[in-house]
Amino acid sequence: MKTLRIVVCVKYVPDATCDRRFADDLTVDRDDLDGLLSELDEYAVEQALQIKEAVDDAEVTVVTVGPEDALGALSKALSMGGDKAVHVEDDDLHGSDVLGTSSVLARAIEHTGYDLVLCGMASTDGGMGVLPSILAERLGVPQLTQLSELTVKDGVVTARRDGDLASEQLRASLPAVVSVTDRSGEARYPSFKGIMAAKKKPVETLDLSDLGIAADEVGLAAAWTKVDEAAQRPPRTVGTILADDGSGGRQLADFLAGRRLV
Amino acid sequence: MERNLFDEEHDAFRATVRQFMAKEVVPHMPEWEAAGMAPRELFKKTAQIGINGLQVPEEFGGAGVDSFLFNTIVFEEIGYAAASLGGLQVHLNTVLPYFLEYANDEQKARWFPGFADGDLVASIAMTEPGTGSDLAGMTTTAVRDGDDYILNGAKTFITGGINADLVIVVARTGRDGEDRRKGLSLLVVESGMEGFVRGRNLDKLGLKSSDTAELLFDHVRVPARNVLGTEGGAFALLTSNLAQERLSIAITAQATATAALNLAIDYVRQRKVFGRRVADFQNTKFVLADCATELEAAQALVDRAVTGLDAGTLTPADAAKVKLFATETQARVVDRCLQLHGGYGYMREYPISRLYADARVTRIFGGTSEVMKSVISKSLAL
Ligand SMILES: Cc1cc2nc3c(=O)[nH]c(=O)nc-3n(C[C@H](O)[C@H](O)[C@H](O)COP(=O)(O)OP(=O)(O)OC[C@H]3O[C@@H](n4cnc5c(N)ncnc54)[C@H](O)[C@@H]3O)c2cc1C
Ligand SMILES: Cc1cc2nc3c(=O)[nH]c(=O)nc-3n(C[C@H](O)[C@H](O)[C@H](O)COP(=O)(O)OP(=O)(O)OC[C@H]3O[C@@H](n4cnc5c(N)ncnc54)[C@H](O)[C@@H]3O)c2cc1C
Repeated sequence: MKTLRIVVCVKYVPDATCDRRFADDLTVDRDDLDGLLSELDEYAVEQALQIKEAVDDAEVTVVTVGPEDALGALSKALSMGGDKAVHVEDDDLHGSDVLGTSSVLARAIEHTGYDLVLCGMASTDGGMGVLPSILAERLGVPQLTQLSELTVKDGVVTARRDGDLASEQLRASLPAVVSVTDRSGEARYPSFKGIMAAKKKPVETLDLSDLGIAADEVGLAAAWTKVDEAAQRPPRTVGTILADDGSGGRQLADFLAGRRLV
Repeated sequence: MERNLFDEEHDAFRATVRQFMAKEVVPHMPEWEAAGMAPRELFKKTAQIGINGLQVPEEFGGAGVDSFLFNTIVFEEIGYAAASLGGLQVHLNTVLPYFLEYANDEQKARWFPGFADGDLVASIAMTEPGTGSDLAGMTTTAVRDGDDYILNGAKTFITGGINADLVIVVARTGRDGEDRRKGLSLLVVESGMEGFVRGRNLDKLGLKSSDTAELLFDHVRVPARNVLGTEGGAFALLTSNLAQERLSIAITAQATATAALNLAIDYVRQRKVFGRRVADFQNTKFVLADCATELEAAQALVDRAVTGLDAGTLTPADAAKVKLFATETQARVVDRCLQLHGGYGYMREYPISRLYADARVTRIFGGTSEVMKSVISKSLAL
């Protein structure tokens, strides 16, 4: 067994540059949507790889809870340098909220074995940003969230969280859950060799029964959040055009002031 | 139409290159165009994601890929991003093959690790002020002196010539009766060799993010161990890689023309004239339908040629047809896509204007369209 088992939670999200629609049950319609590894999770993968590179005997497992295509997100994380992957996939997961997803993730992470769990600061689609905290509660371990810097040494994670007014120095003993921000350091690109190596890395696929979770504990019906209504955002309207007849500056100031923007 | 050349690894590599282009290249294009070249450090970064080492053997730190498909992906993505990296293109698609094919073991050990990790980038200097299409007429000479050659002459239009760490110089080392094609050799000149002077970075119509240089060789002492391949046999070596070099130009022509079509589609959807979108005029629809159709045809040809190159069946005449067709198509497509932009298309801040200026040279370098036609007509045994 490796002395430092790092697990990175990565989410497969719809490509934000594509048009998104809702399905009849008011969940995001994921059919025909191109998906990818949530960009903010790349930072978590990067930090995991840096920690691994700094110690002798570490291993990085990437885990996702998501549909069949979510394998794409795992492949990318593996081609960046992760060692193995766990994919939790089950039709009954459809419509799970953050509580459902976090309990599935917790089981999967326990199943894998871990010393340090790394998450992104928020997904680029759901964007709740609370999953890491809920996950830490479910695992019963300390949490350090929204980190811009972290190091792991002798079973302790030392980190910095930058707020608007102050930077906090934080510390927790392992095992622990941490989340990192987009200021933690640019993520590497998967290299050609990384992509070729990823093909040969093990991916374990698990369903709910493998994790001992009953179908009615997760999914849309078990979600604590219920979406009553959803509407497509109306097309953008033409903005206000101010003609500069010499008083352009004043008009602009009035416009901004009228919307309480200055 | 769906292309059927690529599998999952190709797609994953394409995604990496696309992300790299969007972050590391596209935002800097205006700056690099103003500077007349991309910075040398860029080629270290491309090496990190494995671009430079694709075809370098594994024992020297490369990936040892034989197939040209990954190179194809790299230069397609550069083109789709409406960018151009001429130095990298010439290094990987034109120059590296000479090293891969003809370097001896000592030369491999000396240079290949640097090619793989981006420490070495090379150019090739064939063209001279007095001779371009007629390669055999070159006047640069290399005269044997002990263990060295003394190199004298001037080269021009050398892509990557400012950034290059190594330059393969084609020079006359001897004469063999009447045959002008005999007696040419490839000498590898290294940065810093005494008498090797880089002249101006030439002020071009387009391709402004790649350096194009005049190079002067004034009694440069080049060790004989820097000769690539057999002395006197360069002409045959040079023609052996022409198919790949020309196909590479066709690939870029096709990709940038595709980018032009996409830019035009975006533009005509937004631009309103006479109370309608430009896209709503039947002329616009027909022009773009023509462009899309011609591009589809050129793509089919390019893809078939890439497959042929990998299979070893692409002849020089085949490659000449592909270059001729793809670059002439590019010219028509880019011109019509610019036209649909109206006056904005003529402004440098619109990428379509860059594509227009960049397109002009693809019918000239790597052999002009006229030279392509002579190559093709020779194959017809007229
Ligand atoms: C099978 C399945 C189907 C779903 N279907 C829908 C749907 O139809 N419509 C819909 O709107 N939502 C759907 N969800 C999304 C689900 O509601 C969210 O994954 C969950 O609420 C997490 O919230 P968040 O994205 O806001 O997380 P945040 O708290 O913003 O995420 C923070 C971090 O938690 C980790 N993380 C979050 N989610 C996952 C995950 N799934 N796997 C691994 N790591 C993760 C990442 O590291 C991320 O950076 C589905 C989820 C699953 C698993
Ligand atoms: C941007 C750029 C980058 C370049 N990069 C490189 C490089 O990296 N290395 C390098 O060695 N060279 C490079 N070149 C040179 C390029 O390959 C030559 O410009 C090209 O081969 C044409 O040669 P020329 O300019 O001497 O034209 P010429 O040979 O003088 O041609 C003039 C005209 O005569 C026509 N013509 C010539 N011969 C015939 C014939 N037999 N029948 C009919 N018509 C004919 C040509 O088609 C052309 O229209 C580059 C050029 C440019 C513009």
